[in-house]
Amino acid sequence: MKILYFAWLRQRVGCAEESVEPPASVTDVASLVEWLRGRGPGYAAALADPSIVRIAINQAFARADAPVRPGDEIALFPPVTGG
Amino acid sequence: MIRVQREDFDVAAELDRLTRGNRAIGGVASFVGLVRDLHAPGDAGIKAMTLEHYPGMTEKMLTEIEAEAQARWPLDASVIIHRYGRMEPGERIVLVACASRHRDAAFDACRFLMDWLKTKAPFWKLEETAAGERWVAARAGDDAAAERWAHPKKAAE
Repeated sequence: MKILYFAWLRQRVGCAEESVEPPASVTDVASLVEWLRGRGPGYAAALADPSIVRIAINQAFARADAPVRPGDEIALFPPVTGG
Repeated sequence: MIRVQREDFDVAAELDRLTRGNRAIGGVASFVGLVRDLHAPGDAGIKAMTLEHYPGMTEKMLTEIEAEAQARWPLDASVIIHRYGRMEPGERIVLVACASRHRDAAFDACRFLMDWLKTKAPFWKLEETAAGERWVAARAGDDAAAERWAHPKKAAE
């Protein structure tokens, strides 16, 4: 599973992109975020408040209860501020 | 047409390209977003802004948003150009333009596109000031503006 981080999430986690193999208990976005938070202090800081983290699965916006599967491209980022 | 690019764009050339060869077009509504330096007296001014984006998803979202505008209004042509990278105050960030037979569709679709891309296009602004860098926070007002278009009937009222 490929995870991408953008903006201040990227800065706090300390990388823009990584490949991970989460345990079988990770089935949806919420459980993935919870698992990522336990990977280190940078992750904990980036994901401290999941309510402000936006998620895209395979480049489409997704909600916390959306299922995640091996091979997915999952992006985590703050609310967008373009335009 | 959508374009995501680092370099600046020429507004006149883009508008000319949008309408060239189609004499049924009665008007073009356009919006150009600029990097601004708007700060409280005593605060550090903005030296520059860097726009980060999600390559791949950005193009996909802009294409979807443009298709939605084309489906909602009778447009003859439309263009969305959004820049990324480092820009200084006064520089152009984004161009949205819609051409139609009548002005209402052009004005409404242009506003819809700007409201939607503010909340759905994966871009993030990092401001550079004398006091350091800061990520621009999303505005609740942008969500409210986009929400107006969630129900097409309401938007028309």
